[in-house]
Amino acid sequence: MKTVLKTACAALLLAGAIGSAHAGDISLEHPWSRATPAGAPVGAGYVTLKNAGAAPDKLISATAPDVAGKVEVHQMTMDGGVMKMRPINGLEIPAGKSVELKPGGYHIMFMQLKKPLVAGETVKGTLSFEKAGAVPVEFKIEAIGAGAGGMPGHKGH
Amino acid sequence: MRTLTRLALILWSAAALAAVAFAGLFWFTSGGPPTPAIGGPFRLKSQTGEMIDSAALKGRPYAIFFGFTHCPEVCPTTMVDMAALMAKLGPAAKDFKIYFVSVDPERDTPEVLRNYLSSFEPHVVGLTGTPDEIAKVAKEFRVYYRKTPLDGGDYTMDHSAFVYLMGKDGGFRNVIGYQEKPDRALEKLKSLLEKG
Ligand SMILES: [Cu+2]
Repeated sequence: MKTVLKTACAALLLAGAIGSAHAGDISLEHPWSRATPAGAPVGAGYVTLKNAGAAPDKLISATAPDVAGKVEVHQMTMDGGVMKMRPINGLEIPAGKSVELKPGGYHIMFMQLKKPLVAGETVKGTLSFEKAGAVPVEFKIEAIGAGAGGMPGHKGH
Repeated sequence: MRTLTRLALILWSAAALAAVAFAGLFWFTSGGPPTPAIGGPFRLKSQTGEMIDSAALKGRPYAIFFGFTHCPEVCPTTMVDMAALMAKLGPAAKDFKIYFVSVDPERDTPEVLRNYLSSFEPHVVGLTGTPDEIAKVAKEFRVYYRKTPLDGGDYTMDHSAFVYLMGKDGGFRNVIGYQEKPDRALEKLKSLLEKG
C-alpha cells in the first residue's frame, strides 16, 4: 500500500503537480487566497480538490489556526444580483472527479481573522476529509483584487 | 466618423437593453410594475463621523454600493475593481466618490469602516447609520439585504451586489453588475462623468 502511495506521489510530482498536496486518493491543487482589506474580519480560500479514488470522499471541515479563529466551508451564490453565502454540511468529491473551490462558488471561509492576509504570504491549515483524513494545505495569498471576474487579477492557473 | 456614430448607437442599444432587463428584474422580484425611481434622499454618517446629506451631493454624479466588511469576496473585489476603474479614468474622476453603504451597521461602525476602506482610498466613502436609517436608504435604492445566522451566534448578510451610478441631479443613471466587464463598466462611468 505504501509503495502504491509512493508511486502515486512520484507520478504526481513527475506530472508537474508542484504546489499540490495529497493524501491517499485526494489531492489539493493550487490552493490560493486573497489579501484582505485593512481590519477585514474575514477572508476566503480556494483550491481544487481531486479525487483519484474509486469511492467518493467528502470535505468535512478546515482549520487555519495561525490566522483564523474559525474556519467553515461555504457556498456563495448570486441570485438575481443578490449575493448569498451559506455554510455547507460537507462537500462531496465524487470518485475520479474534481471539485473546484473558486470565486463565486464554494470557498473556505476564514473567520475571526487574527491578522490581515498579506499578498505573497501563505495561510497554513488543514482540510479534513471523511476518508482521506486531515490533509495539510498552504494557501498562497494573492493580490486583493485576485479572482474578480471583471478584473485581470487571477489568471493563468 | 460614421463608424463612431454606429458604435455609439450599438452602445446605446446595449445600454437600453440592459436597462430593460434590469427593470424587468425589479418587476420580477417585486411582483409589480418597474419603478423608475432608484435612489432617494439620505443622510448617513461617514467613516470619519461626518454627516453626508444627499442634498449636498447635487451637482456631482456619484456611485453607490451596499455591502459590509464581513464579506469575503463580493465587497472587496467590487471596491478593488472600482478603484482600478478610477485609476483608468485618471484626472476626470479626481473628485468622484463611491459611497459604500454598510448593510451591517451593528458591526460596521464609522471606525470599522475607516480602517477597512483605508485600503481603497481616496474615492471610497463609507456610510453607516442606525438600522432604521439603513433600512430606509436600502429601500430607496431597491437594495435587498437580509441577516443570515451562522454557527456560534455569528451571522452573514445576503445583499444586492450592484454599483448604482447616480447623476448630478441625484437621479439613477446606470448600474454596474458584479463582475461586469471592465470595458463596459468604464464606458458607463465615462458617460456618467461626461453627461452628469
Ligand atoms: Cu463565506
